[in-house]
Amino acid sequence: MTQTKLADRARNLAQQPWGLWWMQAQRLTRIELRRNLFSWKAAWIYCLAFIPTVIILIHTLFNSHQSFAMSEDTNVLAGIVQLYYIRLGIFFGCLGIFSRLIRGEMIERSLHFYLLSPVRREVLLLAKFAAGSISAVFLFGSAVAADFALMYAGFGAAAARDYIFNGPGLGQLEAYLPIVVLACLGYGAVFLLLSMMFRNPTPAAMLVLGWETINPVLPSLLQKISVASYLRHLMPVSVSSDGIFALLTVETEPVSGWAATAGLLALIAIVLTYSCYRIRKLEIRYSTE
Amino acid sequence: MNDRIIFEDVSKFYGEVLGVNRISLSIPPGITTLVGPNGSGKTTIMNLMTGLVQPSHGHISVLGLSPGDQTELFSILGYCTQFDSFPRGLTGWQFVLDGLMLHGMEKDLAADLAAQAIDRVQLGDAAGRKIAGYSKGMRQKIRLAQAIAHHPRVLVLDEPLNGLDPMARAELTALFQELGRQGMHVLISSHILDEVDRISDRVILITGGYLIAEGNIHQVRKEVHEKPMQVLIRCDHPEVLAAKMFAINHCVEARLHADGKGVFLRTADIDQFYSMLNGIAADGLVKIDAVAPADDDASAIYQYLIGTDGSPS
Repeated sequence: MTQTKLADRARNLAQQPWGLWWMQAQRLTRIELRRNLFSWKAAWIYCLAFIPTVIILIHTLFNSHQSFAMSEDTNVLAGIVQLYYIRLGIFFGCLGIFSRLIRGEMIERSLHFYLLSPVRREVLLLAKFAAGSISAVFLFGSAVAADFALMYAGFGAAAARDYIFNGPGLGQLEAYLPIVVLACLGYGAVFLLLSMMFRNPTPAAMLVLGWETINPVLPSLLQKISVASYLRHLMPVSVSSDGIFALLTVETEPVSGWAATAGLLALIAIVLTYSCYRIRKLEIRYSTE
Repeated sequence: MNDRIIFEDVSKFYGEVLGVNRISLSIPPGITTLVGPNGSGKTTIMNLMTGLVQPSHGHISVLGLSPGDQTELFSILGYCTQFDSFPRGLTGWQFVLDGLMLHGMEKDLAADLAAQAIDRVQLGDAAGRKIAGYSKGMRQKIRLAQAIAHHPRVLVLDEPLNGLDPMARAELTALFQELGRQGMHVLISSHILDEVDRISDRVILITGGYLIAEGNIHQVRKEVHEKPMQVLIRCDHPEVLAAKMFAINHCVEARLHADGKGVFLRTADIDQFYSMLNGIAADGLVKIDAVAPADDDASAIYQYLIGTDGSPS
């Protein structure tokens, strides 16, 4: 009986127009990317991503670089990634990008054009999520890569090449980029959902920020409901801080990289599944926006 | 596949506010006009049909499809809403083309259809310009172009004549007529009753979320028994005609036309009235030039049924 049901379900799934959905998702993603990346409204997110790059550039151009300072700069870069990008830059950048995808279109009264197209709402939501993720990863990924390159450029080509290719440099970059990707996906999924649940998602985002900040001192079960807690376990360089920053860098119970990645991906999948349910029920009532 | 748009006992409440209440409709192909004042529930009916809002109670099917079946429904349905806003930064061409591309068409086919639709609403010269620079009438036209571009079988038009100049209204009214003749379902809501009157096959009167009357406009008028029908008769001796009609005790009211070359007569039995009129004409007592119903339109019916003329409040 159960096998028959499973077979029916599998047959039903196979009969769905996956090819059409894939094509629609690609086209929607392209439309959204055009709007996310090439719009004056996105200028502040570019600033958010590249402010550290400008500061590192100034540091590279005007400060002297002794080879013994390389490990210090490595720690500074790790601090920038963990304390600036993960906690602030990507957090607020994703808030700007992802809350615009649905709520922004409701405020601008243009969401109905998508809901009146022959696209399943789940496909629309996932395509918008993909576009937001690509935009965020492109901006913050290239910013982190540029930070990395500039941070070591000041030490001279030979020393930088030696540190990157013969030392730990390349491994660190290979860790930072997936962290940025996961941070964008994680915060993106959370803010996409919040933007569907609240007319103004900013207060809820501030609560999320507070939650992320106190998360390291919470019981281990609650730590699992956090983007930053998973990312902390993937950091290639641990950052030690004093004072208020110490709270942001608290060492929690150790988790393997694979477990942290799988945990975060599971969290993203749960949030997106619930978002798909919400968009099915979404009604267009602009007068209440 | 069913060829009707069906509402079965549909209600919609926005919290405690009534949108529409217990609406049952069966709309055949042709042009159907939704008539009602602001807030009467016209847009709610259209939004329910297209899944933009979901019914609190009841069932809706559009040619056999549920509003939840987006992929199938919007392949056969185009909806020109009254929301005067667009995705940012698009030209008219991109707006129509993007919509078509989401149907899964090849780009060449989508471009052909977009060009046809834009030509049909006579916006060809402005298609390459940003929509942000369009006049209200142009924005209305480009929305209509997007709604008709994929050759839908059902076209839903919420206040499509708003913001248009008389020439553009005439053009679009002719377009709606043509689409109706082609066997499409064209559902129009409008406050400009005299213009939609001429092209409607049927009318749905609605107020305060309640369905008041529906059907062929002339049939609906006949059913308003408490308001005898008014007929304008153009003739050479209107006062003689009025006296004669009163003499045979068939009229309840007579009023001379302002130019003195006609008379408005009100009768409770229109069929018998016309037969009497034919007799008078045959006697040669009065030379009759024209006869036309004077209150056989949505505006008059609305006034009789609701107590307002259906125009925006």
